[in-house]
Amino acid sequence: MRTIVLDTPVWPGHRAGQHLDVRLTAEDGYRAEREYSIASAPSEPVAITVERLDDGEVSPYLTEELRRGDEIELRGPIGGYFVWDPEDDSPLLLVAGGSGIVPLRAMLRHRRRSESDVPVRLLYSARSLADVIYRAELDEPADGIEVAYTLTREQPPGWTGYARRVDQELLEEIAWPAEDGALAFVCGPTSFVEAVANGLVELGYPPARVKTERFGATGS
Amino acid sequence: MSFVSRGFRGRRRDTGADPTRVPPGQYVTEDFPVLSAGPTPHTPLDEWTFSIENGGGGKSWSWEEFRALPSEEMTVDIHCVTRWSKLDTAWEGVSIDTLLEQVEHEAAYALAFCDGGYTTNLPLEDVSDGKAWVAFAYDGEPLDPEHGGPARLLVPHLYFWKSAKWVRGLTLRDDDEPGFWETYGYHSYGDPWREQRYAGD
Repeated sequence: MRTIVLDTPVWPGHRAGQHLDVRLTAEDGYRAEREYSIASAPSEPVAITVERLDDGEVSPYLTEELRRGDEIELRGPIGGYFVWDPEDDSPLLLVAGGSGIVPLRAMLRHRRRSESDVPVRLLYSARSLADVIYRAELDEPADGIEVAYTLTREQPPGWTGYARRVDQELLEEIAWPAEDGALAFVCGPTSFVEAVANGLVELGYPPARVKTERFGATGS
Repeated sequence: MSFVSRGFRGRRRDTGADPTRVPPGQYVTEDFPVLSAGPTPHTPLDEWTFSIENGGGGKSWSWEEFRALPSEEMTVDIHCVTRWSKLDTAWEGVSIDTLLEQVEHEAAYALAFCDGGYTTNLPLEDVSDGKAWVAFAYDGEPLDPEHGGPARLLVPHLYFWKSAKWVRGLTLRDDDEPGFWETYGYHSYGDPWREQRYAGD
C-alpha cells in the first residue's frame, strides 16, 4: 500500500470521491492504464493510494518502482456521481470495505478542510488492524465523526471493536436511521458493496441516497 | 502526448486472446466485474414490463409477453470503459429489432431507462439491424441481478455502460439526450475502437 502525492502542473481541480486514470508507457510504446480513486481533498495536492496486487501490472510499478521526480501521465478527474460536497448538509454515512476507504478518506479530509460540521459515521471493514489504511488519521478524535472498525479475519488481543463481516445487524447499529435523511457512500469489493447497499435499502434508505463504487476483482 | 514512464516495462498478460479483438487501452479479463452507481434493484417479474415509449404510441410487454418473443443466442466480446474486456461472452435475449418492429416511429435516438433511475443514450441505428438485444440470460443461466437481471441491454459494439442493467424500456427521441454517465463526463457515443471514453475523446 502506498500513497503517492502528485505534482500536477495542470489540474482542473477535483471533487471528493472522484477518480483519475494513470497511464504508463514502456520504451517500446506499450501502455497500460488503470483508474485510481483520488485520496486527497480538493484543496490538497492530488494523491492516490495504491494497493499492490501481486499479479498486477500497474500497481507493482506504482508501489515499488516509481520514485520522487518520475513523471507519469494522468487523466482526470473522472466521475461526478460518487462525490460529496459540503453544501449537502445531510448526515453522512461512509461504509468502506478494504481499499474502498480511499475515496471516503478524500471526503473526510474535504469535510475537515472545508470546516463542515456535517455529522459523519464511518464503518470500515478490514481483514486485520494492519490492513486498516490511514489508521492514524482516522483515529484522531474529530468533532462529529464516529469511526467504527470491523476486523473480519484477525483481531489483536483485547480488541473491543466489531469482528465480523458487515451484516444487517451491524449495519443497523451504525447507520443513521433512515428518517435522518442521511446520504450514504459505499465503496469496496463487489460482494461487500452489494450486501451493504441492499442492507441500507432494507433499512429504508432511498436507493438514490445510497451511492456506490465497486471494485472489480481485476483492478490491477 | 505519451511519454515513457521510467522503469516501466509492462507485464503483457498472455491470455491467449487474439489482440485484434482487444480495443486500445483494454485488457482481457476472465472475471465479470460489476460496476454500478447504486444499490441493485430487485423488481419482481410480475411487476416487470419492458416499454417502448414513443410520444403517444408506445408498446409495453409484461415479462411473460417479453419472454414469448423470439429470442436469439449470441456470443460477443464486451468492453468496459474501466478497461477490462471479456471475450466470447454468451447471452440470450430478444433483438431490439423484434421490439421496434411493433412500434411505428421515425425516431433517430433512444434513451434507455432502468430500475434505479439509470439512463443511457444511443443512436437508434446502433440498436437496430441485429446490433443490440434485451438480454435475459448469461452463460445459459437467468441473468444475475448484480449483472443487470432480470434483463439488461446488450450493445456489445459500444462501451459496456451503454448496455444498461435492469433496463425497463426505451424512450424514442428525435434528438440525442445524454443519459446518466454521459452527463457525468463520459462520451456520448462510446466506441471502444476509437477509445471514446470521456467527453471530448
